[in-house]
Formats: sequence, C-alpha cells, structure tokens
Amino acid sequence: MKQDIIEEITHDRSTGMTLIVKTVAKIMIAMVLLFGFYIIIYGHLTPGGGFAGGVIIAIAYVLMMLAFSRKVALKKLNDFWASIFDNLGMLAFIVIAYIGLGFGYFMYNFIWHGNPFHLISAGIIPLCNIAIGIKVGAALYAIFIGLSIYGRITTKEEE
Amino acid sequence: MLLFDIILIFMIIGTIIAVETKNMLSAVVAVGAVGFGVSLLFLYLRAPDIAITQVIVEILSLIILIRVATRVDNVAIEKRIDNFANMTGLIFIGLFIAFCIWAFTDVIPFTNPLMRVSQHYLDAGLRETGAANIVAAVILDYRAYDTLGEAVVIFTSILGAFVILRNKGKKKHSEEDDVTVGILEDA
Amino acid sequence: MLQYLLDMIIFALGIYCLIAKRHIIKKIIGMCIIEYSINLFLILLGYRMHGIAPIILPEMNNSYFAQYSVDPLPQALVLTSIVIGLGTLALMAAFAIKLYEKYRTFDMSEIHRLRG
Repeated sequence: MKQDIIEEITHDRSTGMTLIVKTVAKIMIAMVLLFGFYIIIYGHLTPGGGFAGGVIIAIAYVLMMLAFSRKVALKKLNDFWASIFDNLGMLAFIVIAYIGLGFGYFMYNFIWHGNPFHLISAGIIPLCNIAIGIKVGAALYAIFIGLSIYGRITTKEEE
Repeated sequence: MLLFDIILIFMIIGTIIAVETKNMLSAVVAVGAVGFGVSLLFLYLRAPDIAITQVIVEILSLIILIRVATRVDNVAIEKRIDNFANMTGLIFIGLFIAFCIWAFTDVIPFTNPLMRVSQHYLDAGLRETGAANIVAAVILDYRAYDTLGEAVVIFTSILGAFVILRNKGKKKHSEEDDVTVGILEDA
Repeated sequence: MLQYLLDMIIFALGIYCLIAKRHIIKKIIGMCIIEYSINLFLILLGYRMHGIAPIILPEMNNSYFAQYSVDPLPQALVLTSIVIGLGTLALMAAFAIKLYEKYRTFDMSEIHRLRG
C-alpha cells in the first residue's frame, strides 16, 4: 500500500518538480534533517547551537515543500502542528528558566555539570538548545506555509 | 590580509550591482553573493558559529526574496526621476564617509581587541559552566536573558506576519488551495 | 582601519538604496545589506592577530586558550542578530505582498498618491 502512494507521488508529473529533483530530494531531506539534529545536540561542544540547527530543520521541510507539492509537505507536518511545536519550544525554555529560580536565580544552571567534552555535560545548555531549535525550526516553516498559501500574487487575467 | 581586502572589494562591487540594476532577479542574486562573501569573512575572522548561521540564513532569505520579488513585475523601472531623493542620498554618503574617516582614528586598532569582561569568560568558562564551546556558554548561561528576548522577538515577528497575511475573516478552504506551489511553476 | 572603512562603505550604499529607490523590494534589499555590514563590523572589533576560535579542544592548555582566543562576546550578540534579521525579512515580505495585492504596483510614489 505504501509503495503505491510513493509511486503515485513520484510519477505524478503535474505537481512539484521533475523526476530527477524528486529522486535527489528523497535522499537529501533525510540527510539535512539528520545534520540539523546533530548541530543542535552537539551545540555545547562544536560550533553551532540551537539557532543554526533550527534553521537547518526548517530548510529540510521547505525542501520537501518545493520539490514535491505543498499537499505532501502539509501531510507530513501541517500548520496546526507547526504552531503547536513553536509554542512548546518557547514554553519549555521558560519552564527550564523558572525551575532555576527555585535553586538560586532566574536561569540558574541547576543540573550537575558533568565531565567536560562529553555529550551529557554543561547543565541546562543542551536542553535549552533543543527547545530553541524546535522553536525556530517550526516558526520558520510556519511562515513559509503562510507565504505560500495566503500570499498568492495573481496577475490581472486570473482575477 | 590581502585576501581579506580583496573579498571586501568584491562585496562592494556586488553591493553596487544590487543597488543599481533594474532586473530584480539580478539584484536578488547579487545580495546572495554579498551574503556568502560575508560568511567567508566570518570564517577568516575565526567565528565558525556565525559562519554556519550566516550561510543557512542566507539560503532561506534568498528563497523568500525570490518568491516575493520575481513572481510578477520583474523590472524596477521608475517613471519619474526623483532628483531630491538621489541628491539627499549622495550627500549623506559623502558626509558619512568623511565622518567615519575622522571617527576611526579613535577606535580600537584592528587586531588588538579590548577584552575586559571577555577575559573572565575565557578564563573561567569551562570551569563554571562545563561547556567546551565558549560562545554557547555565553549565550545560554552568562547572558541567557538576551536569548529569551531574541526568542520573543522571533515569535512576535512571525505572529505579525501571519496577522498581516490573513484574508479578511475565515475563508472556507477552497479547492485551489490544494494546488502546487513550486517556485518555477505557477498554478 | 582600512577594513573598517570598506565595511562602512557597504553600510552607506545600503542606506542610499533604502532612501533613494522607490521600488519596495529595493528597499528590502537595502535593509538586508545594512544588516550584513553591521554584523561584519561587530565581528571585526573582536579579532585578535593569529587568534584561534573560542572553542576548547580536549588537549588544549587553558592558559594558552585564554591568551590566544578571539573575543567571544561580539559573536554571541551577532548570532542572535542574524536570526532576528531573518524574522524581520519575513515580516517585510508579508507587507510587500499585501501592498501589491491592494495597489497592483510596487512603486512607492504611486502608492503614496493613490491613498486608499
């Protein structure tokens, strides 16, 4: 059953781009998404962090929307769930900051620091990176949905 | 250092092309070239975090600019030549460059930074926060309030863009909203 | 000082594009150029000759790192500034789309004359 849906999306010539673009995009979206998660999670050891990783995740979804049609991308992550992830990311960041208030001051680094140069270290910094990454990625994908659905510039003949 | 100056001059040429050309697609491509030049300079100035972020943001802003600028009305032809605005602009450029030449004799010389607070961040960063990336330690531990403010600014600007783009009232989801969007094809 | 001056030439060209052109997308392009030049200026202030990036590697001595690293504070400020510039660009693009839908032109002087 799933093979039929994949065949239908790939060989449907009226929507999206050509066959070469669709085949390459099928491989690239997974790699770009994985790269984005890598940049977010290792943000406290190598360059990167929450903001760069979040924008990379948004680019993966935008690639899906451009290569296939808008309908396929909205089926994977529609605008309702993009808004939910945006707000969840912001809420997680603020909740972590408020929990620090109980231990000292606002945004205090209350988790045990751990051994340096390992993945689990540096307290709240990886958790904050993940929250910001989800927030920025979902917000930029949502604005691209908005620009493509609502902002249709029509010429005079189409009115 | 010579390569640095050559890339800066290349960026100035790109800016002049982006400002003066009448074809909108050329202007957007020139802005993209300037952005990638800035990213190369960030890499030269030993800032890898910023270089990654600049390349990624450049790609997304090019997509948004192409979508807005080249769908219809591909050329920027001005019907009347506005002399007042041109003269004001050129006079401002002249005065600004003269002021900069005078002011930059007093600013910090190029390769000796004035690091008063940053010296403490570099000395005690790994010990106090446990993070090996000092820039991540600065934005999420020493200066986390700025990150909270930045998250609020992004949130508000995206919300504002949605409010502006919405049609009046809630339109019923019509059939033509399900058609393709691809950049090269029109529905 | 030559590097600062070349950067300020880019800034001045961006402001010229913002105030002297009448196409809305040209004004948005001018705004983008201003943002690039200001971010570059802030990072230029923090460079140390023959410096290393502010990331500690496992085999590095802490005193060597503190003596040779570049300034991390402008990099933290510019990181948020770049992403905020993207949000602002999305907002300006939304404005441009809505103005075109209502007035059918991108020319600012025509829009100023039509006046709804």
